[in-house]
Amino acid sequence: MRQAPVLSLRGATKRFGGLVAVDQLGFDVAEHQVMGLIGPNGSGKSTTLNLISGALSPTSGTIALKGQPITALSARAIARKGVSRTFQLVRMLPSMTVLENVMAGAVFGHRRRWGGSAEAHAIAMLEEVGMADEAGSPIGQLTYIDTKRLELARALAGEPEVLLLDEWLAGLNPTELEEGIALIHRLRDEGRTIVLVEHVMDAIRSLCDACVVMSSGKKIAEGTPEEVLSDPEVIRAYLGDDDA
Amino acid sequence: MTARDWQKLITAAVLLGIAALLPLTGNAYWLSLGVSVAMYTVLATSWALFSGPTHYISLATAAFFGVGTYVMGSGIEVMPYWTLLPLAALAGGLLAALVGLATLRLSGVYFVIFTLGLAEMVRQCVTWYQNQTGHKGTYVLTELTEADIYWQLLGLAALVYLAGWAIQRSRLGFALRIIGDDEEVAAHSGINTALVKVALFVVSGLVAATVGAIIAPRYVYIEPATAFAPMLSFQVVIMALLGGTGRLWGPLIGVIPFTLLWEVISASFPNQTTLLLGLCFLLIVYVLPKGFVGLMQRLDLMRQGREAFA
Repeated sequence: MRQAPVLSLRGATKRFGGLVAVDQLGFDVAEHQVMGLIGPNGSGKSTTLNLISGALSPTSGTIALKGQPITALSARAIARKGVSRTFQLVRMLPSMTVLENVMAGAVFGHRRRWGGSAEAHAIAMLEEVGMADEAGSPIGQLTYIDTKRLELARALAGEPEVLLLDEWLAGLNPTELEEGIALIHRLRDEGRTIVLVEHVMDAIRSLCDACVVMSSGKKIAEGTPEEVLSDPEVIRAYLGDDDA
Repeated sequence: MTARDWQKLITAAVLLGIAALLPLTGNAYWLSLGVSVAMYTVLATSWALFSGPTHYISLATAAFFGVGTYVMGSGIEVMPYWTLLPLAALAGGLLAALVGLATLRLSGVYFVIFTLGLAEMVRQCVTWYQNQTGHKGTYVLTELTEADIYWQLLGLAALVYLAGWAIQRSRLGFALRIIGDDEEVAAHSGINTALVKVALFVVSGLVAATVGAIIAPRYVYIEPATAFAPMLSFQVVIMALLGGTGRLWGPLIGVIPFTLLWEVISASFPNQTTLLLGLCFLLIVYVLPKGFVGLMQRLDLMRQGREAFA
């Protein structure tokens, strides 16, 4: 028998006035699966992540985490239940040190810790992303990829059931990109459940077990990266009718 | 607690003990200055507990303070003095909870305007009520001396410092700092941002109301215009910012020079006080955006920099 999905969307819809940003979207993410959410700009990928994380609430449809509906919950409640995320534009806590940034996730996340145990856990997370040496540094001195790593460590610190990465690899230079992909590969090998919105095709091919392709808010294809990237409708969505 | 914590605690206790000796000098003028300093210290420190980390500038101090004075003023004829202090705290805390719940979604300038409006609204309501009953004001007659008021304020200051110290070391304090940095991150990290903000706002509201209740006997006669003076809210903000809200003791080092300066200004230029208050505000924002605390940290960094080159 197939295991119940960790995350499932059914008919998830988000309207902004007359615009339907996400239209009747449905997919399942199994445990230990890395699901890629791809599609052209403006196809509703980030909005979908915002619906899952509770930054926005859906106009209709349901979203469930381990069979429990989380559709109408606030971002805080969803985080507590085990969904954590990084942001498309990196969000740091600028007045705090690197370690304190990660502790924010460890103290208030899905699994809550406090005091020495929160600190030890935060340091372990920094080791995981390769930043243990910078625990005491202020945020202002970090390079761009380090801010991305740090945000990832903060998201991991609450030991989420599902990790949402919103274009986590965007804006990295080629060397950093390699490091970044390797890092997410390690998370994948640890058996974490991840939904990632990504434009970098190499990353999608090497990281994702499955992909959902969106265009104008709708799901137009679902399957392994090879399947969906050779799907004529996907090619049409990306390149237009003439090239298909 | 570490040795350093004990050291700080003992230093604070000794300073408080010295401050408590002031009435023994028998100098009425110094004692009255001392009451002002103690009063503004409590108000500015409790204000900074909420507004410091969150950067929500509240101008509601006068509303809470006024509610406290009126609880004392209307209850003193029928109830013992000591029962009125917790009642005043309760009234201030309740008002703060209501306001907090109503204004949670307001941010930035809307929050500031709302809190300013609140003080004015409460004042108008009290005025209207008093007009209905045919009074203009209320007498607060007690046996309390200026020294009694001073010692009570010092005691309250000690409580506020202890509470602030405990909050800073708690999850609540950590949550508040995260909210101040980025509310979105706070919510997505699993923090109940609404609850944390209301909790701290209630603390500052109940403290301000208690101060109002303690001060009421000093006024002897209270009316809405004095109890709810909007100037008080601005003074508290200026003093806290002048000292700096980054440290618990920050507001104190703003209160002392400002209270002395204010004394000089109101004695020498009684007609230009508001103008000079505005000038002080501008100066602080331009010259000392992070207050004396920020200035000291900057000097400290410069000193370390020089030593590194030496």
